[in-house]
Amino acid sequence: MTGTPGDHEDRGRHDGLPRREPLSDDGALDHRARMFIGERDVGRGKGGGRREQAVVPEAEFRSYFGRAVLKTPVWDWKIPAYFFTGGLSAGSALLAAGADLTARPALRRTGRVGALVTLGASTYLLIADLGRPERFHHMLRVAKPTSPMSVGTWILAAYGSVAALAAAPELMPRRLRHTVVGRLLDASGRPATLASAAVAPALASYSAVLLSQTAVPAWHEAHPYLPFVFTGSAAASAGGLGMALVPVREAAPARRFAVCGAALELAASLRMEAGLGLAREAYRTGRAHRLRRASEYLTVGGLACTALLAGRSRAAAVAGGLALMAGGLLQRLGVFEAGVVSTRDPKYATVPQRHRLDRGRPVRSDSR
Amino acid sequence: MSSRHSLFGPLEDVAADAGHTDPPPRVGFFTDTSICIGCKACEVACKEWNLVPDDGFNVLGMSFDNTGMLGADSWRHVAFVEQALPLGGQNPGLSGLPIGPSGSEEQAEVAAAGLRHDERGGGELGTGPVDLGMPSFQRPGDTGGAEGRTDFRWLMMSDVCKHCTHAGCLDVCPTGALFRTEFGTVVVQQDICNGCGYCVSGCPFGVIDRRHGDGRAQKCTLCYDRLRDGMEPACAKACPTDSIQFGPLDELRERARLRVEQLHEDGVTEARLYGDDPHDGVGGSGAFFLLLDDPEVYGLPPDPVVPTRDLGTMWKYAGMAAGVLAAAAVSAFAGGRGR
Repeated sequence: MTGTPGDHEDRGRHDGLPRREPLSDDGALDHRARMFIGERDVGRGKGGGRREQAVVPEAEFRSYFGRAVLKTPVWDWKIPAYFFTGGLSAGSALLAAGADLTARPALRRTGRVGALVTLGASTYLLIADLGRPERFHHMLRVAKPTSPMSVGTWILAAYGSVAALAAAPELMPRRLRHTVVGRLLDASGRPATLASAAVAPALASYSAVLLSQTAVPAWHEAHPYLPFVFTGSAAASAGGLGMALVPVREAAPARRFAVCGAALELAASLRMEAGLGLAREAYRTGRAHRLRRASEYLTVGGLACTALLAGRSRAAAVAGGLALMAGGLLQRLGVFEAGVVSTRDPKYATVPQRHRLDRGRPVRSDSR
Repeated sequence: MSSRHSLFGPLEDVAADAGHTDPPPRVGFFTDTSICIGCKACEVACKEWNLVPDDGFNVLGMSFDNTGMLGADSWRHVAFVEQALPLGGQNPGLSGLPIGPSGSEEQAEVAAAGLRHDERGGGELGTGPVDLGMPSFQRPGDTGGAEGRTDFRWLMMSDVCKHCTHAGCLDVCPTGALFRTEFGTVVVQQDICNGCGYCVSGCPFGVIDRRHGDGRAQKCTLCYDRLRDGMEPACAKACPTDSIQFGPLDELRERARLRVEQLHEDGVTEARLYGDDPHDGVGGSGAFFLLLDDPEVYGLPPDPVVPTRDLGTMWKYAGMAAGVLAAAAVSAFAGGRGR
């Protein structure tokens, strides 16, 4: 249902037509009454009606008509896309700072401008996904440490202001360069770049906490691994962007950054799948699996291309850079999808909780 | 203001912890499902009082439940569970065994089997009388005497927002739209909410949802407006059997404990409380329940935990990952200075 709820909602609001309210169980596995089933075999187990024979034997559990226990996230593709652009922006800011300090003007320019453009895209994606986009500034009413989204808002606000200042010297029209304003902007370029680089790691990693601090089993259970997947992927895609847009002789740091990031992303992703319990199934099946498998292929390919060829050929650098960026995007989409799936099927929420109870070890505040 | 239990564990005074000075006693619901008759008066009263729009007129095929689940447009939801299990006094010790399939599913299969043998696959349905081989529509107990008794039991339970001590939705709300009232309940301020949707994923019970076409998060307010006028919430007011009881939480917990004891004495050994324990994963809920089977049978999570419990751990990992990213950037430039 990724994509549909938001779109639906937007249309309903903007064209002002009376629209039939969708079902309250929109997104549940069985939101149609199954009175006439035809040939399909009805699962008779304790788990309500299972639809198809899975490869792994179904976990035994009880449920209310096989319905979801949790609500499916109301976010659509814009949120994982934002995680990608946000990470790309953060990585680019780090590259810009390094390039500024080591006198690599082309890499610096790509980093600064890239950070600002992807930040703009991030802001758009975040606001467009709100149920009431015109109220986006309500995020700035409070600073709330218990809400990763509030923390992220302030990180983004701090990062955004310095990133804009950092990119100003690169984007300034030539005739402004020698005015007072121009000289001021030029002089503030380096401090602003360094400041944005200082905030960038927080920007790249907080989004993992944002996903993890939910009741969504596949996201919450992955909390020890997701930050590494996200920062690795941020470095890989930012390195990829640098490689693709900067001449080969100046792009060596971007290539090293990309290789480092891609390796981290792949390792963290593998480690995550190995470390998860039942939620692993959400990552290893269906669309989430296909997205993440494609991401893996692209990242491995981009990594090889970067390490072996990108230092010699610009074409290879562009190809490798694009592959790494695509890999980063698909990784976020895959992680997002796994979470959505883990809310639709009640087993992901129910089974681990039932196991805790059956082993006599419920989560309690007086036994920790 | 805040104690060391602000994120997890029992809280002495939840409203004071949220910053209210001299708050009234914390109130809540005790929903005793053993005396629920499934009349859905609570659903109707809630919709009427709170002007909650309809959620579509659907026939879900889930016993008498055509609401489905709690959501933006259903702040009370009456669940109906059909089980082949004798009532308390007749309990033959089968309570550990799996429940049977729901009656509606059985009916569905009978209907489907009938349709398969039908000449036109049911295409003439509605154009003339067709014998689908349906079981009778007589309800269990209709005959009144012992001869009509079956091992059928029907569980009904009116579900509602739990108004947790540690509310996942409240913790993650980035605008402050969700807030803790002086009564210890959790309410969305509709003029603040910008529909970010974080609360929807933050709730371990799957209660709160974003309303289609409106864009804001919606859930039970425990009739905040009525509470402020000294009235009880609409659902509790409308409940004809007092299955939904409203009052100060301490009092309700005591009453619930006595009720469970009484039921156990009467032989209903499967009666248990859900959400009453201040040491559970959400610090005890403001709305708690007396259930006659495992929580998951009613669509409730058996051992819910507020995601905020792991706040520190999650940021620790994020900090480590941020450090790794910064180190990667430094080494990318320092690593090959010669080139």
